[in-house]
Amino acid sequence: MSVDGGAPGGTAPRGGAPGGTAPRGGAPGGTAWETVVGLEVHCELKTRTKLFCSCKNAFGDEPNTNVCPVCLGLPGSLPVLNAFAVELAMRIGTALHCEVRPSIFHRKNYFYPDMPKDYQISQYDEPINVGGWLELPDATRVGIVRAHIEEDTGKTTHQGESGRIHAAEYALVDYNRAGVPLVEIVSEPDLRSAAQARLYVTELRAVLVATGASDGRMEEGSLRVDANVSVRRLGDGAYGTRCEVKNLNSLRSLGRAIEYEAARQVALLEATGIVAQETRHWDENAGRTVPLRSKEEAFDYRYFPEPDLVPLAPDAEWQARAAGAIGLLPAERRARLSTLLGAAPTTQQAEQVRVVVSQGLDDLVVAAAAGGAPADLVLVRAANELASDLDAALSLDPGAFGALVAMEARGALTATQSKAVLVELLTAGGGDPAAIAAAKGFEALSESSLADAVRDVVEAHPDEWERFMAGEAKLAGFFTGQVMRATQGKADGKAIAAELRRLRERDGPDPTDHGGRGDRDDHGGRGDRDNHGGRGDGGDRTGMERAGEDV
Amino acid sequence: MIPAAAESALDVAGAVRRGERTARSVTETALEMIAAREPELHAFLHVAADEARAAADSIDDALRAGRDPGPLAGVPVALKDNLCTRGIPTTCASKILEGWRPPYDATVVVRLRDAGAVVVGKTNLDEFAMGSSTENSCQGPTCHPMDPTRVPGGSSGGSAAAVGAGLVPLALGSDTGGSVRQPAALCGTVGMKPTYGLVSRYGLVAFASSLDQIGPLAGSVADAALLLEVIAGHDPLDSTSLDHPVPQVSRSIDAGVDRMRVGLVDELVDDTAPDVARRIREAAEELAQAGALVEEVAVPEMRLGLSAYYLIAPAEASSNLARYDGVRYGLRVEAPDVAAMNTATRTAGFGPEVKRRIMLGTYALSAGYYDAYYGKAQRARTLIVRAFDRAYERFDVLLGATAPSTAFAIGERTADPLAMYMSDVCTIPSNLAGHPAMSVPFGTGDDGLPVGVQILAPALGEERMFQVAAALERAAGARWR
Ligand SMILES: [Zn+2]
Repeated sequence: MSVDGGAPGGTAPRGGAPGGTAPRGGAPGGTAWETVVGLEVHCELKTRTKLFCSCKNAFGDEPNTNVCPVCLGLPGSLPVLNAFAVELAMRIGTALHCEVRPSIFHRKNYFYPDMPKDYQISQYDEPINVGGWLELPDATRVGIVRAHIEEDTGKTTHQGESGRIHAAEYALVDYNRAGVPLVEIVSEPDLRSAAQARLYVTELRAVLVATGASDGRMEEGSLRVDANVSVRRLGDGAYGTRCEVKNLNSLRSLGRAIEYEAARQVALLEATGIVAQETRHWDENAGRTVPLRSKEEAFDYRYFPEPDLVPLAPDAEWQARAAGAIGLLPAERRARLSTLLGAAPTTQQAEQVRVVVSQGLDDLVVAAAAGGAPADLVLVRAANELASDLDAALSLDPGAFGALVAMEARGALTATQSKAVLVELLTAGGGDPAAIAAAKGFEALSESSLADAVRDVVEAHPDEWERFMAGEAKLAGFFTGQVMRATQGKADGKAIAAELRRLRERDGPDPTDHGGRGDRDDHGGRGDRDNHGGRGDGGDRTGMERAGEDV
Repeated sequence: MIPAAAESALDVAGAVRRGERTARSVTETALEMIAAREPELHAFLHVAADEARAAADSIDDALRAGRDPGPLAGVPVALKDNLCTRGIPTTCASKILEGWRPPYDATVVVRLRDAGAVVVGKTNLDEFAMGSSTENSCQGPTCHPMDPTRVPGGSSGGSAAAVGAGLVPLALGSDTGGSVRQPAALCGTVGMKPTYGLVSRYGLVAFASSLDQIGPLAGSVADAALLLEVIAGHDPLDSTSLDHPVPQVSRSIDAGVDRMRVGLVDELVDDTAPDVARRIREAAEELAQAGALVEEVAVPEMRLGLSAYYLIAPAEASSNLARYDGVRYGLRVEAPDVAAMNTATRTAGFGPEVKRRIMLGTYALSAGYYDAYYGKAQRARTLIVRAFDRAYERFDVLLGATAPSTAFAIGERTADPLAMYMSDVCTIPSNLAGHPAMSVPFGTGDDGLPVGVQILAPALGEERMFQVAAALERAAGARWR
């Protein structure tokens, strides 16, 4: 995965038409519509055992092998609360700045074949965590209503020719997941676009991973999202009627579903003025939401206090222990990298920081920088080259990585060579970058032989040199290419640029003296300069300037 | 007439431990007696003869190998059929659980086996323990051991009848609103409901979780004490289980009642039939003569009990019984889709009283009604607890009737649910408060059938309760021997 070139929609100002995803009204007066989203995220806790029994909490085992009388809801069985699940829930609450409170469990009653007791043990009006917030990288603070503990259900698979629920001949239920501990995190309706909703889930996921509560694997269902979506005319104080959209199994589904649903509601409002409150199902293949049940058909869950469990009141010591076990949160990780850069990060560096932290590469960056490599270039290589080979990157030796970046920074390797060596390091998980570079014949040209090569090229192309001297700045690319060819790519583009600049200053008055950044930018866009396709340019530029200063 | 008391559990265990009798011979005798009386009584839903013989043989093996099988060595025990027994059918007298064999033993069953007891079978009950006469059984009623035209009480009627008829010295029942004490009173046995949490509920098929307790039925106070000590104690599998030392009830039964403060509860005397009320007053007099300080006390909040109970218990039951949906075990009536299958299964599988309570409970928990019904009932429950607390500032134990009348005729109350519900009026308050209470036989009513005196104590007051129970047992023995 590489850095997403586009700025995340979440950076759109709140209340504005965010990221272009909000449907716009065609109503007279042309008022725009605003999308309002609140999310309910179910997070499977990474405990060894289930919430109320000692069965293994594992994904992907043979169906109905991790079951016992308790999680099968056999007559006479009783739940016993898993203390570690409570601890993880407290970590989540603490990380989300919630108040961690004494709580009780309730039964949520409804019939469903994958729910063994035909009620779910959950928390209702006295949950363990209430009233927190999560700050997004775009600085939006999203309110957290609650984060409560509950048990997961089993999994039903409908079997039959068509594969569709209604045409199924029979259904099979796997209860391995029944009783797996969940924390449901309910946000305030503070999100204003599909893109921002995605940003929220991404950030929340990172927080959950940091607390040790979750592995964050959406594709395995360990994070599941329901979205409450409504729309209102921009500037309206009251919220519109909301629909709950279920079955959002990926960030992509989440974004598409919110956009679809908002557009559907806008169309309805403009046509009829009415949106019916209902629960809707996201059909990923059809790319639309379909009604599941209306408000009138909504279940009456008949909540009442679970008599088989006693009230939960973690003491201060236990709460402190839970809080102390939380790892660095993503916001803290981002701040750590920003501090490492030494100056306020540029927009592009901020994005690199976000990518590196979201991919869990920040420890590697910190370690590599601690070894002496310049943090800005380390960050660039991490956000681009490492993030695009994440599995390998996560087991890369930070010492080798740091040494490589240091070589590149002092001009011993070109960016292209550095990346080639990095590929080798990633494949091997580490190694000696100098030795790899030598084996590839990447010994850098000495300053004097580079100067010789540049001079030879200049002398061989007097007309071009004349024009260059006269201000045709784009010819820098031509000379760079020629020097590269002459040196079989061993020269560093930045060093060539510096040498050209030196010659030009030596040879006479320079009318365009220092086209400055623009000049170098033009230049940088050609020649050997990188296959970034514009990504991470700023970072490389930083590296180039640094290299230039060194020359 | 009251049948000749069976051998006591203490005597049987003593004889077996001393090697005077084998567990196998004791078991065979019990099985023979059961076979002889069952056609008339119908106390059992399942006689586990093979398993009982195997258990008895292993106890005898242990003895021969010099090991002590435990305090209940070789004692035949009957279990109410809502207690899970591994591999042995557990049906709750419901069609919906027909043929279900649990893959595990209830904690009390494990403890019984560990103490050397021999489980001889599973006894009849009102379906899912909902009833006061054992007539709500899908297998038909159990008859009173002294009069086959009468009910044994309920819902633990099978266990009470089996002990009352002398088929087994000990049995377990469950008591949600009086289901151990009321049949014990009607059948002339001792029956006891422990403090909520003293005995693990793990493996007891739930009726109303906040009220259910497993309790002993026995031919004597001493035997009930012995059985309680075996089954009580903390169980990590039950979150509501108390982590508290087991009351030493066996040791307390000879302590007498000198200067014991006994409150004779007006409501538990006035609301009963005259012949029952007379016996209760006589019992109070006996205690006074034995040195107790007896006083009358009004606890009017007790009258809130019945209404509160018939909201709370059905509410919890409506949720507890949801799992019988035809998906995983027990009865399944095939239908085109899951919802229809659920409905068809539950329609065919549950009897009318269970359906009535599921509907009552579902209604009481419904959105918009919760506060007016379930919420209010919980507040009434709090009032009852406070009233008990006040009474126990003045008294060590409270005294009253266990049931408003002696055993009634089969069919007499089946057409009138409210009349049936009234059978539990004296016993329900203790369940709502989570307090212990027990019934001890004390003479007979005008019809010659047993009357039970109820002793109520505060939470974990089992020792003083057994002290009083033993004193009453001695007094009754002296009066009517
Ligand atoms: Zn389990």
